Amino acid sequence: MKLTIHHLYANMMNLYGDRGNVISIKKRCEWRGIAVEVVDVDLGEKIRPTGCDIFLFGGGQDREQALLVEDLSGSKGADLRAIADDGGVILGVCGGYQLMGHSYETPEGDRLSGVGIFDLRTEPRKPHEERLIGNVIVRVGLPDGSERELVGFENHGGRTRLGDVEPLGYVVLGHGNNGEDGTEGARRDNCYGTYLHGSLLPKNPWFTDLLIESAIRRVDDSFKLEPLDDSAEQAAFAAAVERARGRR
Amino acid sequence: MGRAGGGEVPRARAGPRLESISGYPALYSYRAARGCTPRAFPEYLPSGRYNPRMVGILERARLAAAILAARAARHASRALRTGGGSTVPGVVARRVDPGVLARLSGMLPEGAVAITGTNGKTTTTRMVSRILSAAGIRAMNNSTGANLATGVTAALVSDSGLSGRPRSEMGLFEVDEASVPEVVREAKPHTLAVLNLFRDQLDRYGELSHTGRVISSAFSSLPPEGRVVLNADDPLVASLGYTFPGTLYFGVEEPALDTGVLQHIADSRNCPVCGAPLRYGAVYFGHVGLYDCESCAFSRPEPQFAAREVRLDGPRGSDFTLVTPEGEHRVRVNLPGLYNVYNALAAAAVSLSAGVKPGRVMEGIRGFGGAFGRVERVRAGDREVFLLLIKNPVGFNEILRTFLAGGEAQNVLIAINDNHADGRDVSWLWDVDFEMLGGIRADITTSGIRAEDMTVRLKYAEIPVRETVPDRRTALERALRRTPPGGTLYVLPTYTAMLEIRRVLSDLGYTHPFWEDR
Repeated sequence: MKLTIHHLYANMMNLYGDRGNVISIKKRCEWRGIAVEVVDVDLGEKIRPTGCDIFLFGGGQDREQALLVEDLSGSKGADLRAIADDGGVILGVCGGYQLMGHSYETPEGDRLSGVGIFDLRTEPRKPHEERLIGNVIVRVGLPDGSERELVGFENHGGRTRLGDVEPLGYVVLGHGNNGEDGTEGARRDNCYGTYLHGSLLPKNPWFTDLLIESAIRRVDDSFKLEPLDDSAEQAAFAAAVERARGRR
Repeated sequence: MGRAGGGEVPRARAGPRLESISGYPALYSYRAARGCTPRAFPEYLPSGRYNPRMVGILERARLAAAILAARAARHASRALRTGGGSTVPGVVARRVDPGVLARLSGMLPEGAVAITGTNGKTTTTRMVSRILSAAGIRAMNNSTGANLATGVTAALVSDSGLSGRPRSEMGLFEVDEASVPEVVREAKPHTLAVLNLFRDQLDRYGELSHTGRVISSAFSSLPPEGRVVLNADDPLVASLGYTFPGTLYFGVEEPALDTGVLQHIADSRNCPVCGAPLRYGAVYFGHVGLYDCESCAFSRPEPQFAAREVRLDGPRGSDFTLVTPEGEHRVRVNLPGLYNVYNALAAAAVSLSAGVKPGRVMEGIRGFGGAFGRVERVRAGDREVFLLLIKNPVGFNEILRTFLAGGEAQNVLIAINDNHADGRDVSWLWDVDFEMLGGIRADITTSGIRAEDMTVRLKYAEIPVRETVPDRRTALERALRRTPPGGTLYVLPTYTAMLEIRRVLSDLGYTHPFWEDR
């Protein structure tokens, strides 16, 4: 069994340490003896799922984002939608998250079409509005009724409004989707979108493991991950939470 | 300043007359006229009457007041130890006289040079300073890294007598990227150099192409004979000069330095003109190299100042051949790494284009040993501390490659803060190629507000961390204790962590507070 990480537009959408998410999944598999392959999927290249996959769609600058829209408008976007409908594991961060919705409007007023995996759209900030920047704590409800927290950093001008889609979680501290309704990100089946960029997965190993387990369960439905020693990650999580709360 | 001259009489007259419609013709209208267009009507009294002496006295009094207030602020700030005292005087002076920077800069006989870019501003500025001093030109600079308009103003104020007359002949300003339009508009430098643009503290500036636009928007405020000096090897920086006639380029032409791969962090992989991917003939670091666009006419400009036959000599420095339209010279740089070859090349380009003789340029570069905080050696009893400022992924990579990857550094302290000046977002740590250190056996301590983030990053690069000690003082003391006598502790701090560590070193009696440095 081998898990394949498909890093979408790795060359263009690599803002804010998105690579940390790739490294995090890769190492947490390797430390458990699970083989991993990282495949970069660039402009004009086809997505080739293997059955046991995680798709990562990171953030980019506005200009670069515009270049992707054309690439996504054809079969690649349709493939991603099909993967989502089929229960595939996709994580979209920041710009990638925005493009998983219906549309994304740039500050210059261009409306870019997204893939439409999530029922949401993103508008630019109004002239009097600030970029939404800072540490974030998000409370996420899990299917078994328990709750976990994610900690990270957001930096976005766009305001995302959810339609008929569940948020990834609710903001405990920070701005989230639009700084108004308290929601952060979006989720649907095994697809997740979030504004918490870059080092999201390294400091939130439970979420990394959720992605890995969901991906592997698609080929082995009784699969359970062995626990790892996460004391360093937990210390970093705790420190980031303290920092976000201004206590450090 | 009284420079507007007689030629502008008809237009200048209209202003004061309009303003005097208000009920307070005397002081109010004069101030309003000044506020709208500084220096437009200096020869005219509120009544509209021409009286150069009266105006001159008022202007000089205001300038003197600004300088006095700034000096008082500097003394107060140092007495309270609120910091280096390096920007507060500028804030105060600008409050008293908003035209203070323009006035003081305008009195520099040899004019001013502004240097900006993500990496190497301070080093390059200090190198140019050294070159000018070798050439017998007295130059002042804002050398403590206070590089906003307030810091530039503070430096000029402290260089001036009460009359505002500067002691120096030339101003050398390192300028924060976002402050370039303001500083250029006011200080009117004859030369503006842009070293490179890397992703750095994006939460502060937004996106990189935006930073490029901010900088190029300042070109039109340069004086008529003004020139820009740009890095030909950085595609985004090179593209800024495409439509500006006074552009000079510098670049490295050494195929042997090709690393063969664009680093993960490469910021400007795509053509700044059309957006298509760039084709690289050589990649030196980050997105810096020899390139052209696959689909449009954009390509690396031919540099007027080129570094060829570059020979890197580990931590000791490097040599290269500087090729200019006027001839070739072998240059010795006593600072490590390719990034300092670029700094020396930029310093040479700026100095040569300002008319300094080549011999003086080579002498100045050779005599240069390092800039505040960037690369600094401090004696700590029978041990040595090597301070290497960490600013961003590209700089971090170069430091890892130069000092750690070869196994030279045995004792290392990495201190990561996330204050405003460091960049509040630490996810950039994941863009640094720590993986290149695989197998090193250094004793590594992590520290800073985000020590734990650093430890996790190293864990995922499979590099063992000896200790995670967020408190800077404790971390430094423990790491120093583990450094053997005669050994060197390599300290890699972000900006505010560096200030803290310098203070701890100073408290331990190992160095001076930085504003006493020269």
